[in-house]
Amino acid sequence: MTSLSKDSQPAVQPRSSLDKNLDRGFIWLTLLFALAVAGVLIWMTVVVGIGAIPAMLKYGVGFIFSSNWDAVNDEYGALPQLYGTLVSSIIALIFAVPIGLGVALFLSEDYLPTRIQVVIVFLVELLAAIPSVVYGLWGIAVLVPIMKAIGGQIYNLFGWIPIFGTPPSATGLGMLPAGLVLAVMVLPTIAAISRDALISLPPDLRQAAVGLGATRWEAIIKILVPAAFSGIVGAIMLALGRALGETMAVTLLIGNSNNISASILAPGSTISSLLALKFAEADGLQVSALMYSALLLFAITLLVNVLAEMLVRRVQRI
Amino acid sequence: MNNDEFNADLLKRSPGSPRTLFGILMTGLTFLSAGIALLPLVAVIGFVIAKGGSRIKLGVFTELPPTAYQVDGGGFGNAIQGTIILVVIAALISIPIGVLAAVYLTEFGKGTKLADWIRFFTNVLSGVPSIIVGVFAYGVIVLNLKNLGIGNGYSTFAGGFALSILMLPIIVRATEESLKLVPPEVRQAAVGLGATNFQTVSWVVLPAALPAIITGTTLAIARAAGETAPLLFTALFSQYYLPLSEKGPNALYEPTASLAVLVYNFATRPFENQKELAWAASLILVLMVLLTSIISRIATSRKVY
Amino acid sequence: MKNSKPSMLSVVDSTRRAIFVSCIALTVGLTSCNPPKANNPSAGDGTSPSPNAGSPTTPGTVSTSPSGSGPNVGLNGAGASFPAPLYETWFAEYYKKNPNIKINYQSVGSGAGVKQFIEGTVDFGASDVAMKDEEIAKVTKGVLLLPMTAGSIVLAYNLPGVEGLKLSREAYADIFLGKIKKWNDPKIAAANPTAKLPDKDITVIHRSDGSGTTGVFTKHLSAINEEWKKGPGEGKDVKWPTGNGAKGNDGVTYLIKQTEGSIGYIEYGYAKNQGITMASLENKAGKYVEASTESSSKALAAVKLPENFRAFIADPEGEDSYPIVTYTWLLVYKKYDDPTKAKAMKDVIKWGLTDGQQFGDKLGYVPLPKEVVDQVSKAVDVISP
Repeated sequence: MTSLSKDSQPAVQPRSSLDKNLDRGFIWLTLLFALAVAGVLIWMTVVVGIGAIPAMLKYGVGFIFSSNWDAVNDEYGALPQLYGTLVSSIIALIFAVPIGLGVALFLSEDYLPTRIQVVIVFLVELLAAIPSVVYGLWGIAVLVPIMKAIGGQIYNLFGWIPIFGTPPSATGLGMLPAGLVLAVMVLPTIAAISRDALISLPPDLRQAAVGLGATRWEAIIKILVPAAFSGIVGAIMLALGRALGETMAVTLLIGNSNNISASILAPGSTISSLLALKFAEADGLQVSALMYSALLLFAITLLVNVLAEMLVRRVQRI
Repeated sequence: MNNDEFNADLLKRSPGSPRTLFGILMTGLTFLSAGIALLPLVAVIGFVIAKGGSRIKLGVFTELPPTAYQVDGGGFGNAIQGTIILVVIAALISIPIGVLAAVYLTEFGKGTKLADWIRFFTNVLSGVPSIIVGVFAYGVIVLNLKNLGIGNGYSTFAGGFALSILMLPIIVRATEESLKLVPPEVRQAAVGLGATNFQTVSWVVLPAALPAIITGTTLAIARAAGETAPLLFTALFSQYYLPLSEKGPNALYEPTASLAVLVYNFATRPFENQKELAWAASLILVLMVLLTSIISRIATSRKVY
Repeated sequence: MKNSKPSMLSVVDSTRRAIFVSCIALTVGLTSCNPPKANNPSAGDGTSPSPNAGSPTTPGTVSTSPSGSGPNVGLNGAGASFPAPLYETWFAEYYKKNPNIKINYQSVGSGAGVKQFIEGTVDFGASDVAMKDEEIAKVTKGVLLLPMTAGSIVLAYNLPGVEGLKLSREAYADIFLGKIKKWNDPKIAAANPTAKLPDKDITVIHRSDGSGTTGVFTKHLSAINEEWKKGPGEGKDVKWPTGNGAKGNDGVTYLIKQTEGSIGYIEYGYAKNQGITMASLENKAGKYVEASTESSSKALAAVKLPENFRAFIADPEGEDSYPIVTYTWLLVYKKYDDPTKAKAMKDVIKWGLTDGQQFGDKLGYVPLPKEVVDQVSKAVDVISP
């Protein structure tokens, strides 16, 4: 055997140990990098968490319930920002969910030829690609004048409803314009992912429903949407996650007031706008308090994203 | 018995029935929502072109940002330089890590629990608000550079690092998708010819997936270039060009201007000249995103396999 | 297997096409970035004739061809945003005349400026609030506090048809406390018997970022109003009882301009240049004084600067003094390890005190009184390598 191989010089030689090690090393390297990508999330938690420790020790849970952001006395609390973060995101969802679902249905039904559908899907997704700060600039130029013009009317007509309960800020800035821009920004997320959920449904579902005499819309509402429900909820959660953390457009439009108002016509602030405005000039305990609020935002968005991710994954398995 | 009385019309829905009307109404609503959804796109792009277009002259690409009372002229040459450098740093960090991580997920760890978890973490990472990434980069780079006594910590490098974190999940996902499109037969053929894993991946699989990876990466870069929040307290801003020729790589320890932060800074300035520049810079950012999106769309619509 | 052949062919084809497309993408990208590299005319400095050619790979860097003098020096400073427009203009102008001296100023706020100066991460700092003794003690290289310019803070308002509004000390404190909510409030009307004050809500605009301007303004409010002192207090970032926040003097100015019925505090220069109406304020002597360079100079003259230049002017004396004024200080070390830095620092400061003062006037700062200039120029000579 050995003499044979010596003589005939086989074309295939056993791999040298260098080759083997290189190969094994390569696999390990890719694993290492893959772990690094996942590790960034943990690293991030640790870094922000450590920065937040002094403020956490000083304020504990009370930080969430205090509306004091007072650099003079070094007292901090993030209630108005938490409130503003949630409210502006909810406003965004109120506008974006129905429209986003409408778009998703429009693009998952056979109203248009597939070629045109694809183009519209692309255009809707482009909305998500425009930088946040450009939305902010646009909001100042377009939405703010509109708010100035109609804010007063909204107050006069609906002032009896608490959410319109204060005269609009004369600046035209406030929760509502911020929420509106957020709605535009999260719309593509809802539309695109809901559409994915809808078109990945097995066609038998619709065939069966229509075969039993359902109209197109009866099939959609009673069969298709319920079947794609977890995907749609996942899409909405992802959108919520994006809205909660969105910074630049909100900072430019929300009015940055530290006060809580039930009215969405009043100015407010969010955790992200707080970070954007105060971080660069903060020192001492304020940095830690900012880290603490960053940690809160991080935790909320993480929770929302994890839930969304789990829901969307369920759809993908089906 | 009554068969002869069968009337085919009974099977048709009457156009006036509530069920039909409801259907028409809902159909109308979906058309409407599609219209509403596209309205902002047109409005934003239209406004940016209208307001920014007139300000785009050769000078804006080379000159420095105007000071408050400079009524005309000025540009954002340093911001363009800064944005390019930031993005290059981000790409140098995130592309190797992201691509190799995706190689693990599709080639070696496929189907394992670990790969599943990593994919999960990556997706969650892509949902982390960009401002939090800024805080993270501040904690990791700015504070440590400051402690080491290298400048005041705010630096181009810190900004590039922050952007790389934002690009990472996009690149992993794009690479993963492109690798998945490479059919297993190709790998089998390579292995059958005696290639090692390393050779299969680097000589066969990656080259086949390369165009798709490039387009995905280009998209990630375009998105990163428009990010503002993570730069606010990492790269800050600067009135000047980065002194690359004088200090070489050490210049990266200094703050830098960027288009996105320029837009933010100038957005609420009372000075018309600066405001116009904000629009012009927005136009450049938007065009960049549009072009890369369209090009990548065209490129990926032609399936590799 | 049947269809494997055509698909392999199409692989090659579409790969090529995709690569081609990406190349186009790259080319487009490159050409759009190229102009700044190729045509960079040494950054606005038309005077230096020989762009030190050599390295086309370093875009945007300024040609370092010496126009006569000395080695290249880079100075880094950080601090107050209040004087930032002036400092930026100074350093830009100075750089035009001395292309070898490049000074980068980061307006990061007074607090951060002082901190970085103590830590030694910058070559100089700037602050609207003079350093405290214990802070000075921490700096081993020795500290000079140099007043470089002065400024006044005005209450700018947007109320069409109402010019020359007069605000009593009680009135403007109460507006910012949120206690006066309407423009036709009796407390405002009392001082403006002839003005047609509308029944309109007052929208207060304040800073949302930490700032020396806020520090000076709230220091003044604390000095004149007990309730303010107890409530929001003085600091560069206070808890505002009412109003909208905006970023920077720019942002506040912009928002006032855009908003009818608004009032906010900004640097004099911003209001003057933007043509926004400013209220006359009641000073310590009980007189209503309009903001102007003269009335601010008078307020400064009312305070004698001590040897170390530290003086706080929360509420200046004098019949014609405008009530909200402040010096703003440059923080420099007495010793620099690098002699070229020491010399450059000294030269720049002297230039700012002399030639630079004219820019201050243009930008709406209050030029330093002559005695102060002399005093400071003398003090600068202490700086040594």
